[in-house]
Amino acid sequence: MKYLRLLGAFFRVSVIGETAYRVNFFIQLFQSLLNLGMSLGGLAVIFSYADTLGGWRPDEVLALVGVYFLVGGMIGLVIQPGMEQLIESVRTGTLDFTLTKPEDAQLIVSIQRVEIWKLIDIMLGFAVLATALIRLGEKVGGWQAGEFIATLLAGGVIIYSFWLILATLSFWFVRVENILVIFQSVYEAGRWPVSLYPGWLRYGLTFIVPVAFATTVPAEALAGRLNWETLLGSVLLAAALFTISRVFWRVGLRHYSGTSA
Amino acid sequence: MKALVELYAQQFKTTLAMMFQYRASLLIWMIGQVLEPLVYLIVWSVVSEGSGGSVGGYTTSGFAGYFILLMLVNQVTYTWIMYEFEHRIREGILSFALLKPVHPIHSDIADNVSSKLITLPIMIVIAAALAALFQASISPAPWAVAVFIPALLLAFLVRLLLEWTLAQAAFWTTRVGAMNQVYFVMMLFLSGQIAPLTLLPHPLQVVATLLPFRWLINFPVELLLGQLTLAEALIGLGAQVGWLIVSFILFRTIWRAVVRLYSAVGA
Repeated sequence: MKYLRLLGAFFRVSVIGETAYRVNFFIQLFQSLLNLGMSLGGLAVIFSYADTLGGWRPDEVLALVGVYFLVGGMIGLVIQPGMEQLIESVRTGTLDFTLTKPEDAQLIVSIQRVEIWKLIDIMLGFAVLATALIRLGEKVGGWQAGEFIATLLAGGVIIYSFWLILATLSFWFVRVENILVIFQSVYEAGRWPVSLYPGWLRYGLTFIVPVAFATTVPAEALAGRLNWETLLGSVLLAAALFTISRVFWRVGLRHYSGTSA
Repeated sequence: MKALVELYAQQFKTTLAMMFQYRASLLIWMIGQVLEPLVYLIVWSVVSEGSGGSVGGYTTSGFAGYFILLMLVNQVTYTWIMYEFEHRIREGILSFALLKPVHPIHSDIADNVSSKLITLPIMIVIAAALAALFQASISPAPWAVAVFIPALLLAFLVRLLLEWTLAQAAFWTTRVGAMNQVYFVMMLFLSGQIAPLTLLPHPLQVVATLLPFRWLINFPVELLLGQLTLAEALIGLGAQVGWLIVSFILFRTIWRAVVRLYSAVGA
C-alpha cells in the first residue's frame, strides 16, 4: 500500500512537471499514432497476400500488436526512465541521495521517473487489444483471460528484472547505456510472433533478450494456443529472474562507493 | 580543391579514430540495421511458404534476395543527419562550422563516407552469411550491375542532400522529432522496406514513384535483382538525376535562408 502511495507521489511530480509542456502531449500522441499506423499498415499489406501468418490469424496478430504497444508503453513509462536515471546517478554519484532515503533503494530507483505521455502508448495498446478481443469474440473464455493476465504480469516482471540486471552492471562498467539501446532495437522484433523466426533467432529472443515472454506469450494465451509448459515456464522464469536481479542489485550496491564516501 | 581533399582526408582520420573509440555504438547500430530487414525477410518468407512458395512474383528465395540487397543499399545511402542537426543548432555547435571557410555539408559527407568505408565490409560479410542461410537468389545481367553503380551513387547523393535539407527544419522548431518520424515512416513504406513496392496497393506505388523515396532504395535493389528492362533502368536513372537537381536547388535555397536566420549566444 505504501509502495503504491510512493508511486502515486512520483507520478504526481511528473504530471506537475509535464503540464508545463502541454504541446508534448500532442506530439507524443501524433508519434504514437504514426507508430501504430505503421504496424497496422504492415499487417494490412501482409494479410492482403495471406490468410494466416505461420498459423496466426489476423485478429490474433492484431492482439499481439496490442500487447506490443501495451508492454512497450510500460517500459517507456517507468522502467526505462528509471533505469536510465540509475545509470546516470551511478556515474555522477547522486545515487548517494537515493541511498540515504528510508525506503528500499531498489524500489525508489525503479519508480523514480515517470514519463507520463507514454500512457498514450498504453491506452492505444488497450484499444487495439480490445478491438482484437471483440473480433476474436467467444473464442476467448475466462480461462484464456486468466492465462493472459498471468503471462502478461510474468512478462512484465521478466522485462523489469532484465532491465534492472543490465542497469546494475553500471556499478562495474560506467557506460552501459549502449546495452539499453540494443534492447530497444531488439524489442522491435516483438511486433511479430517469435514462432515465425528461425531457431537461433527465436532462442535469442526468448532467452538472451526475453522479448518473447512479454509479447508473443501473452498473445498466445489470448489465441488459446498456450501450452502448460510455456505458462509454467513463464511464471517460473519471472520468479527466478526477479530473485536474481534482487540479489545482483544487492551485490552491485556493495560495490558502489559513491562520491563522498 | 586541394583544401577540400585535405578536409576529407582529415575528417576520415577523425571519424576512424572516433569509431574505434566507440565500438559499442557500432555494434548497436549494426544490430538495428540488420535486424529490421531480417524481420521482414522472415515474415515474407513465411507468407510465401504458406502460399505455395511464391507471392506476387517473388519466390521465397526472391524475398531473401530482395531484403538482403535492401539492407546493403540502405546501409550505403542512409544518413543520421536529421537526428543530429537539432542538437547542433540548440547547443550552438553550428557556430564553429560556420566559421570554417568551407560549407558544413562537406564535413558531413566526409564523415558519412568514411564511417561507411569501415562498416561496409562488415555488412557485406553479414549479407553474404544471410544470403547463404536463406538461400537468396540474386542473378543480375552484367549491364544491370554496370547501371547499379551509378544508381547507387545517385541514390546516396540525393538522400544525403534531401535529408540534410530537411534537417534544416530544426532552425525553425526545436521539436523535429515528430517531423523526422513522419519522414521515417514514409521512407519505410514508400522505399520498399516493409514489402517490395510491387506488392503494395496501386495508389501507394504511384505515390512512391512520384516522390523521391522509390528511387532512393527500391530502384537500385530491383535493378540488381534483374527485374527491370534496360528502358526502365534508364528511366530510373533519369528520375534520380531529376531528383538530384531538385534536391540541390532546395538545399541551396534553404541553406541561404537559414544562415540569415541563425543567431547563437555569443555570436
